[in-house]
Amino acid sequence: MSSTSPASAPAAGLSWEELVTTALLGTDRRTPPGSGSGREAPVALLDAAAVETVRRRAGIRPVRAAVRPEPAAPERRPRLPPAAARRLATLLADRPGAGGGRRGAAPDLMELLPQWLASANAYGYAAPPEVLPALLDAARGRTDLRPAVLAFAGARARWLARLNPDWRFALRAAPGGGAALPGPDEPERVRRLWAEGLFAERVALLTALRARDAVPARELLASTWPTERAEDRLMFLDTLRTGLVAEDEPFLEAALADRSRNVRATAAELLSALPASALAARMAKRATACVAVDHTGSAPTIAVEPPHECDPGMERDGVLPKAPAGRGERSWWLGQLVEAAPLGAWSRRFGGRTPEEIVALPVADDWRGELHGAWCRAAVRQHDPGWSRALLGTPSTPDAGGPGAVSLAERAKLLAALGDGERAEWVAGFIATHGLSEAFQLLGVCAVPWAPPLGRAVVDALNIARDAGSYPWSFSGVMGLAERCLDPAEAVRLEPLTATPEDPENAAPGAGGYWAEAFQRLTTTLRLRATMQSELTPPP
Amino acid sequence: MTQQGVRWTAEQVLALAPDAASRKAGSKLAAAGPWSAAGTSDEGTVWGLCKGSGSKPYQTVIDVADSTGPAYKCSCPSRKFPCKHALGLLLLWAGSDSAVSPGRAAPDWAQQWLSGRRTRAAERTTRTDAASGATSADPEAVRRRAERRAERITAGAAELEQRLTDLLRGGLAATEQAGYGLWEETAARMVDAQAPGLAARVRELGAIPGSGPGWPVRLLKECALLHLLDQGWLRREHLPDGLAGTVRSRIGLPGSPEGPPVRDRWLALAQYDTSDSRLTTRRIWLHGTESGRTALLLSYGAAGRAPELSLPVGLAFEAEVSAYPGAGQLRAALGERFSAPEPACIRPPGVTPAEAAARYGEALRDDPWLDSYPVTLTRVIPTPDGDSWQLADADSGLALPITPSARSRPGLWRLVALSGGTPVTVFGECGHRGFTPLTAWAEETPGATGQAVTLC
Repeated sequence: MSSTSPASAPAAGLSWEELVTTALLGTDRRTPPGSGSGREAPVALLDAAAVETVRRRAGIRPVRAAVRPEPAAPERRPRLPPAAARRLATLLADRPGAGGGRRGAAPDLMELLPQWLASANAYGYAAPPEVLPALLDAARGRTDLRPAVLAFAGARARWLARLNPDWRFALRAAPGGGAALPGPDEPERVRRLWAEGLFAERVALLTALRARDAVPARELLASTWPTERAEDRLMFLDTLRTGLVAEDEPFLEAALADRSRNVRATAAELLSALPASALAARMAKRATACVAVDHTGSAPTIAVEPPHECDPGMERDGVLPKAPAGRGERSWWLGQLVEAAPLGAWSRRFGGRTPEEIVALPVADDWRGELHGAWCRAAVRQHDPGWSRALLGTPSTPDAGGPGAVSLAERAKLLAALGDGERAEWVAGFIATHGLSEAFQLLGVCAVPWAPPLGRAVVDALNIARDAGSYPWSFSGVMGLAERCLDPAEAVRLEPLTATPEDPENAAPGAGGYWAEAFQRLTTTLRLRATMQSELTPPP
Repeated sequence: MTQQGVRWTAEQVLALAPDAASRKAGSKLAAAGPWSAAGTSDEGTVWGLCKGSGSKPYQTVIDVADSTGPAYKCSCPSRKFPCKHALGLLLLWAGSDSAVSPGRAAPDWAQQWLSGRRTRAAERTTRTDAASGATSADPEAVRRRAERRAERITAGAAELEQRLTDLLRGGLAATEQAGYGLWEETAARMVDAQAPGLAARVRELGAIPGSGPGWPVRLLKECALLHLLDQGWLRREHLPDGLAGTVRSRIGLPGSPEGPPVRDRWLALAQYDTSDSRLTTRRIWLHGTESGRTALLLSYGAAGRAPELSLPVGLAFEAEVSAYPGAGQLRAALGERFSAPEPACIRPPGVTPAEAAARYGEALRDDPWLDSYPVTLTRVIPTPDGDSWQLADADSGLALPITPSARSRPGLWRLVALSGGTPVTVFGECGHRGFTPLTAWAEETPGATGQAVTLC
């Protein structure tokens, strides 16, 4: 704060600067002039300094104002209901590492924040401005929260982020093509940003354009394609994954001749996802040449004759010639061919058989794993529900469900091609047969909240696990998922499980108590989620 | 005073928590899940059974109707007070959860504790009356004790004067090497002299030589003010009554709220805690909506315990408040309360930055040792100024800088977010170091409620 310049001389006839200098050196070394008031020199100095200090403080005046910040855009979204605003503050106060230790029966509040944000965004509420700093801090530590937080936090969060470098990330990722990106009616700004922008800005621009309209985005990319650096070309090409259309083929076909091997591989992968593309046809031809039905035996059997060489044509179409260590190169080539071939080709190859019939055919000479694995990758890449269903098989088959060498990760990906209801049914069936120990990844791809049959299957399986006498933390992953994904209406059915049972004879000691605690946490969390939802419901 | 039928807000409950961990733990228990047989009576008692890790649930009961503040009892072994169960139950009740059924009779175990408590409280009142009778019976002894203490303080003040003159004789430059020990020892001497106010100031002197550029100026100022206080004490007989009272309170002599009780509707403007290793001090600023007075309530808690008094910001209540002696002293004691705190949309009338600076200057006339003075600024915009921040008047070219310590607190960003570049009303402490914002109000817009937002 600025002080007034002395209007009258200080009491002892000394300026403030002289007082300070004298005090620093000591009155023994520097006798203050005019100290003839009869008191000792140090006392006179302190007297004068006291008067001057109070005088200067009393004369404090405001300073000149700096340039005021440009006001943030006014908020037009409706205000949060008061109870929901309080809930948000509670969720944000539960930062990881704040308490630590065993959770006990208390819910993990921070894990509920994503759901809360999703619901609040669905209603289109405005964030209360005073919680923006806490929201931005939470999103700073957890990148997965960022899109939802930034959508909820709105324009004022970006305004704040310009003032605090800790929150710069909010400026980089403008959600929903925020104010920073040019709109479709601004071709000049688009061209300029594309020509002059930083790499991240250009990727954001291309992604936003592609999401809006596939063709102009590709044309923009093609306009500067030969001059881009190899790493950049790879990232730009990757944006075409969104909204891939048949018209992209010529551009991708040209990219097959790219200087960079990674760019060539990505172009080939994208082309193989276009079943009508020339590359897909070439791959179909190569793949079907290797696989045939052998009718010589008692039952029709699939015979496999993998390629003998990886010719330049195959290499150009993205087949990697060098097999990873420990794999035969012929089976490596076969896998790539089958993976990139359109699945429709197999029906024609096998005399109009359905995917189920094809998958059911025996395969000669141990090729089954290789072939079915490649079909799985193809079904995932081409997002083919028919083949996905066939490859998944019925969930209750005893050999860990699903035929062939289909890993849990691949099964989770296959499930993604099915509709929500069918997916939930399949996973419910899987859990009913195989229990929970393998189910975590599969549960992760199911729609939230879980459909009733799935929820029931999970609760029943947890109940069985408890009766089997193991500790609940063997199932902590599934428990955590259940807390977030189970329909809150299930809380009633869980009520009986929250009581502490007598430990059965074969059970781990004390397990019953821990299970009761885990189920308490589950029901408490479910109730809390129900309360959160009702708090967010707009008043009529 | 009873608060029957008046539910508290969640903020009010959370302010009772002894620390952040309890606040968090309590919030988690604020769901119906672990609670059973919870209820509340018309007399203002809340009770419930909380399922813990053991087989037997904890019995939690809270008497919210007590005029000296809520009382808690819980069968859990926690040494936190109030424990998380009491906080959780109160939050559940505050959230008007159907799990706490109203208008019921307390179960036996709760009733037992309640009646025991009320009997003890009644006994205490009689005893205190008797005890205060006993002390006033021997005014001679009181006077002798006070005299002895005054003599000690006088000896201490004289010794301190000697130290200060020695310091100025040898020069402040020498203190940079002398370090902290010299001041610690002098502070201990002042504690012995029963002058805690002097001791605290001396201890602060010790930190100045290490506080960065410009320290000689700050040290000289503080030495001079300490000298002024010494002199004030040594010549207190010659001072006007008001100023003598100020000196006594600055020296650290206990006063009692002798001012006439002022009944008003008081708005809680700000509440914040500072703590050292032994003591937590809570400051609560009140604004009298009728009288326009500003009063400061102080409440203390032993380390690890929250001070008992808690008045959530933005709530207003009818009560009597009595001032402590001393000119320019805003400290007051809360007397009888006539209504429970309720949310109020009152805001204190505000001034411009220029008027706020002038207010502090005027307040120094009554108390030259004052570091800051409470003011409400109206229509100011938090504005970045290089590495620092200021509160700029929306209608003139003037601004108050924000104090360096407030700059590093998260509250600053809440203030900036609340403003969004538009004018806000800010209550805080304005002094020679700048302005410390404590509470802010935004204009009411579709997105914001215009409620008080705490910044401390």
